[in-house]
Formats: sequence, C-alpha cells, structure tokens
Amino acid sequence: MVWINAVLQGVLLGGLYALFAAGLSLMFGVMRFVNIAHGDFIVVGAYLILTFVISWGLNPIIGVALVLILMAAAGYLNQRFVLNRVLGKDILPPILVTFGLSIIVQNGLLELFSADSRKLPTGTWETSSLALTDQIAVGLLPFLMFLTAVGVIAAMQFVFYRSALGRMLRATSDDPEIVPLMGGNNARIFAIATALASLVVGIAGIWLAMKTNFDPAAGPARLLFAFEAVIIGGLGNIWGTLLGGIILGVAQTVGAQIDAGYQILAGHLVFLLLLVLRPKGLLPKVSH
Amino acid sequence: MQAKTIFPIAAFATGFVALSVAPFWADRADLRLLMEGLSYLALAQMWNLLAGYTGLVSVGQQAFVGLGGYLFFALAMFAGLPVIPGLIGAAVLTALIALPTGWIAFRLNGAYFAIGTWVIAEVFRLFAAQIGSLGGGSGISLPVTVARSLGEGREAREMTMYYIAFVIGAVSVGAVWALLRSRWGLALTAIRDSEIAAETVGVDTRRVKFLIYILTAGFTGLTGAFIFLQKLRITPDAAFSVNDWTAFVIFIVVIGGVGTIEGPIIGTILFFALRQVAADWGTWYLMLMGAIAIAVMLVDKRGLWGALRSRLGLSAFVTERRL
Amino acid sequence: MTRLLETQGLTAHYGDFQALFGIDMTIDAGETVAIIGSNGAGKSTFLRALTGLRPTAGQSVQFDGQSIAGLPAYRIHKLGLAMVPEGRRLFPSLTVEENLLIGAAGGRKGPWSLKSIYDLFPDLVAKKHNPGTALSGGQQQMVAIGRALMSNPKLVLCDEISLGLAPKIIKDIYQAVPQIRANGTSVLVVEQDVGQALAVATRVYCFMEGRVSLTGTPASLTRSQIAQAYFGLTEEAH
Repeated sequence: MVWINAVLQGVLLGGLYALFAAGLSLMFGVMRFVNIAHGDFIVVGAYLILTFVISWGLNPIIGVALVLILMAAAGYLNQRFVLNRVLGKDILPPILVTFGLSIIVQNGLLELFSADSRKLPTGTWETSSLALTDQIAVGLLPFLMFLTAVGVIAAMQFVFYRSALGRMLRATSDDPEIVPLMGGNNARIFAIATALASLVVGIAGIWLAMKTNFDPAAGPARLLFAFEAVIIGGLGNIWGTLLGGIILGVAQTVGAQIDAGYQILAGHLVFLLLLVLRPKGLLPKVSH
Repeated sequence: MQAKTIFPIAAFATGFVALSVAPFWADRADLRLLMEGLSYLALAQMWNLLAGYTGLVSVGQQAFVGLGGYLFFALAMFAGLPVIPGLIGAAVLTALIALPTGWIAFRLNGAYFAIGTWVIAEVFRLFAAQIGSLGGGSGISLPVTVARSLGEGREAREMTMYYIAFVIGAVSVGAVWALLRSRWGLALTAIRDSEIAAETVGVDTRRVKFLIYILTAGFTGLTGAFIFLQKLRITPDAAFSVNDWTAFVIFIVVIGGVGTIEGPIIGTILFFALRQVAADWGTWYLMLMGAIAIAVMLVDKRGLWGALRSRLGLSAFVTERRL
Repeated sequence: MTRLLETQGLTAHYGDFQALFGIDMTIDAGETVAIIGSNGAGKSTFLRALTGLRPTAGQSVQFDGQSIAGLPAYRIHKLGLAMVPEGRRLFPSLTVEENLLIGAAGGRKGPWSLKSIYDLFPDLVAKKHNPGTALSGGQQQMVAIGRALMSNPKLVLCDEISLGLAPKIIKDIYQAVPQIRANGTSVLVVEQDVGQALAVATRVYCFMEGRVSLTGTPASLTRSQIAQAYFGLTEEAH
C-alpha cells in the first residue's frame, strides 16, 4: 500500500514539475531559447507571493493577481530589452546572459530575504485530504496543484492551437525570418511569448511557495526538474511535458520510499535512462 | 615580426618566467593565490577549448572537478598511490568516466546539452553523498601522510605543490596551443567558424567534439584532483559546486574572450583582481560578476581580448597557419 | 495613373560584395511588372530590399506616396506591400487555412478573404485542414500566393513562383494574375522564364549583374534585345 501511495503522491508532484516545465517548454518552442535562470524566476514568484500575502497582508487573490501581472510584465521587458539582443545562431550569448541573470537573482534574493528556508502557510488546505479508500488519501493541496497543472497545460494548448496569437507563435517557431513578411514583429512576438511563459512561471512559483520549503538557492534544482520533464515528454509537445513531470515525480517519490537520500537521485537517473532509451522523448512533436 | 605580436608575446613571456620562479619571490599567501590562479587558468582553458572551439557549452564541468578530487582521494587512501601517480590516475579515470556520460550528454543539442551536463554533475554529487567510505554527505579529509609525502618540511611541500600547479597551468595553455596548431586545430577552427562548412569539407565534427569533450574532462579532472589535494578536504557540495567550478570559470573566459588562448589568461587575471577588491562585498560582488558577464555579451561578446585583437591586431599565440 | 512604387539608385551589399548597383524602377497602380534576368542578377535581392528584409536606410524607396526606406519589414507589410517568397516558405506546423489566416494578421481591409482566395484557387478548399506542406508543389504555391493576398496588399511581389513546377501548373497559377489585378492589387513578378514574363507583364525590366540592362513593354522589345540584356552579349563581344 505504501508503494501505491508513493506512486499517487508522485503523480501529484508531477503536476508541480509540469508547471515548472511549461514555461521553459513554451520559450524553447517559440524561440529555441533556454533560460538558465528559469528556476530562479520560479523562486522569485514564490518570494513575491510570500511578500504580498504574509509581509504585506494582502488578500490572497489580489496577491496572486499581482504576482502574475508582475511576472508577465517583467518577462516582457526582459525579453524586449535584454534577451532579444542576444538571440541568434550562436547559442553561447543567451546561455551566458541567463546564467548571469541566475547569479544576480539568487544573490539578490539572498540579500533581500536571507538564506532562511521559507514556506507559504495555506491553513486548512494543508490538513484537508480526500479519502480514496480506507488506506489511501490525497491531500487537498497536492490535488489542487495537479488540477492547476492540467488547467494551465490545457489553456496553453488552447492558446497555441486555437487562437490567432498561437498561430503567430507557431509560425514564428517554424520560420522567424519570413514572419515579418506577414506583418509580424518578431521582437514583439518573442516578448509576448516570454510574458506568457513568465505568467506560467508565476503560477509555478506560487505553488512552489505553498508546497515546499524554498530558499534563494532553490532555483537551479527547479530548472533541472523542469528541463527533465520537458525532455522526457518530448520537445514541443505540451501534454508530453505533463507526462514528463508525472514520470519525474513518480521516480522521485518511489526513490524516496526506498531511501530518503535517493529521492532526487532517482529522478535524475530515470531521466538519464529515458534519455538513452528515448532520446526524442516519449511523445515527440508530431511532424507534418 | 610586428610590434603587435612582439608586445603581447613579451608580456606573456615575462609572466611565464615570473611564475616559473615564483617560490623565490612570493610569500606564502601570494603563493597560495598563484596556485589557485593557475588552477583556474587550467579550468578556463579547458572550458574555452570546449565551448569556444567546439561550441559545446557545458555548465556541468564541476562533474569532472569533483570526480578528479574524489578519485584522487580514493586512489591515495584505498590504493595507497603516491601523489603524482594519484593525480595522473585520477585524470585518466575521470576521462574514462566521461566516455559514458558524454555518450549520454551528446544526445542533447545546444542549450539542452548545457543543462544535461548539469544534471550529470548533480548525479555525481548525489552519488558522492551516498558513499560512506568517502565520508558521505559530510566529506572526508586527506590523511596527513599523503601531504607529508610531498616533501620534508612545510617550505619544501609548498614548493612542490606550487610546481604541480605551475605545470598544470602551463600545460593547459601549451596543450591547447599545440592542439590548435596541429591538424586538429584546423578542424577545430573550422567547427568554431562554421560547423556546416566544416562537415562539407570532410571534418567528422561529432567525433572531434566527442574527443575534445573527453580530453577536457580528463584535464579538468587532473585540475580538480590538485585543487582538493591543496584543500586537503573534500565534500560533495564543494567538489561539485556549480558556482566555484563552472560559473566563475565561464566568467573568466567570457570577460577575457571566448575562442582565444589569451582570453582565459587575461580573464583569470581580471577575475582575481576583481576578487581581491570586491570579495568582501559578499552577495554584491557576485551580482556584479553576473552583471559584468551580461554586459560583455550585450556590448561585445568577443570579450576583452577579442575586442582588443580586432581593434589593434594583437596576437600572442599564433595559431593561424601562414600560407 | 498613380505611382505606386519608385526606387532611385537602389543599392545593396552583402558584406564586401555589392549585389545591386543603382536600380531605378517605377510601378504604377494596376500594372503587372516582370523582372527577368539570370541567376545572380540581383532580382531576389531587389525584392528583399523592397520588403525590408534587406536594409535600405537612407536610400530612396517610395511606396504609395511615402518613403519606406529603412522601415522594418513588418511595417512595410502593413502599408500594403506583400511578398510571395522564393521557395514558398509555408509554415509547416500550420494548416492551409492557418497559413492563409497568418497573412491577414496585419488587419488590412479589402477584397481578399478566405472566401475570395478559395474562389481564386478552388483546389485548396478540400485541403484547407491539411498541413500546408502536405500539398503538391503547385498547391503550395497557391497557398503562398493566397497568404500574401490575404493582407489585402496594394502591391504583391512574387519571387520565382514558377520554379520547379510543371508547365501546366505554371499556366494555372499565372491565370490568377488577371483576377488579382482586377481586385486592385498590382503585381511584380520575378521570373527566369522569359516567355512567361512577357506573356503576363505590362512592362518588363531585365537585370544583369545588379543593374537594369533593359526596360520596356513586351511589344516594344525584340528577342535579340532581350538576349543581349539577359546574357550580356554585346556587339563588341561578337
């Protein structure tokens, strides 16, 4: 029974990892751009909600709205004024710039919030659970987290495949050079894509704050989980990212069930194993 | 020869000679700093060879620094190897371990390769924390006998240590230079300038890249083994630190100039100069470093040496073949 | 007739290589103009310069009464200048209909809509939900032309639209040109097929080595004049 429980908890944890991964996947999909500071931005989202709700005592709904607006706006400006300038064939500049951002963000958070580990208390959400059988129950918080992940991914799928914006994003992903001949401004499209991705990063940060302890150095591990979920699922496949998150989550909880020291290691090893067996991911992008 | 070549060559030659006799003019604190500087120079040359010439941007070089360190400790403690064979053994074993890790990492391209190498480094860190005989998560100290074997008395030991560092630093520069002047150099320069063009003229870019990956892994492992010989103590977090062994190294190469031999040398000097001035500023010092790296990428991504070279035509290590 | 496009002394460089050496061209509203010339004559470079894909800052390029020199491509597109790029360049992850809709993203009003494009190229109706790249070459070219027209341009530039297509298909595609003109869109075609160009155009420009070597109406030009302008065969060379 403990094993079934471990798998179940892992699936729900996978929701969090899918939330971590969704923004990374979107940015890579549109711009072939990998943000090394992705995990650090998730942690920024976590500190923002903590500040708004705990330090400033704002209504949680207003706090969430503020986090999302701020993250999206910051993402837009960052892309427009910094990242667009280093996009190109050479992969080194974007990696180095976002690596630099990662160091700045981590140390900035350390300066502002100290190295203490923090968590956002969620009151009754934390203690409530839904009993599935006599022996298996799922916590309300992880359950809502998983639902959020499914909702976010469904929304991204909808925007990508059913809206004019999504059409433009896919066109830009295919062939950015001729998008201007269709009236598209690449710099603006990229900034909008990053704003969308940053919105999802904000959602991920809020759930990180509610689900686990975090500190200013928590970002890189989140980047790695997000990256693993994207690769396991298959590049350019949004539902694959959810599947990748779930597999990573299950690997970690089952690993932790074997020995507490194996949690993260088990996740990494399953990732590397799948990279060897299925280098294109479990659900590779459908090629037309 | 032109002044543009003579001046930099004279500067580097002076530096080389000064470093070769450093134990006779530097005090203990300076010597320690120089050893650290030479270690960073070697790490920077290796990262630059990998990223600057083959385009393999790794943010997981701490894997090989840590492996080198741990393997050296294991060889010294369990196999009783003396220091020099221990260092060389650690380097060779690191390169051997890099074969399967490279085989996996090469399934990823571009930026994903970068993060993949980081995952692999994390795997080694987490494994190291599980090995009880090497101290697990809290690490282990090198037996005093190993350090004692380096020489009679503290001064002799420090001189031996310094010359190991000097050889590592000098060989890292010399090896990259020799490599770039060899038949391989043409292939590497071709890959740096245009990978597609290199393939069309018959360079097996994947094979060249893989061999360079293994070579840099081995030399990075050697440097790591020395670094922890000097520290006398190793822990998983220190051995596999992304900040110490990759972020700082990338910073060095970027400010100095990616894709040149001189760049990492100049970058190392600038990095240590900045550290001497600003290390007390704590987090602000690290934020400043991040900001400088970003600024270099936005202003002139060739770095200081790259910009100087193109404006003044300077060159110290001639790797271009004259026809 | 109103002047739609005018370039004076347009030049273009790729690094040290100069591709265009001062092109003077005018196109009036309602015209179909053809540019002919051999490979490397600078035809495609000229089109890329007009659309803003190549920088033209500081030069003289007038479109519809205003200077477009140096404007970014997406702004030029919004003024009503669309291009069918060489090699079609359909977006592979978009369906036929989505490819057409992308063309309308600029929001210009006019006669062209999904319906009028499907009327122009009825073959596309049955394929509208297929990926753009799953079509035959001729149908892909129709999508590319339709995508350009969806922006309701005043002038559409067609770069080598007959390249690699069977003669029968080329004929079908060129049959659309009179209808395009009837809807108020002027056309500039770049063609290597001289016969096709002379058949469709009201005026012809011949490019050679980055310069205009000949210009006139198809009726006013003789075969030997064209051969000379096209291949650079001069009297002295004989």
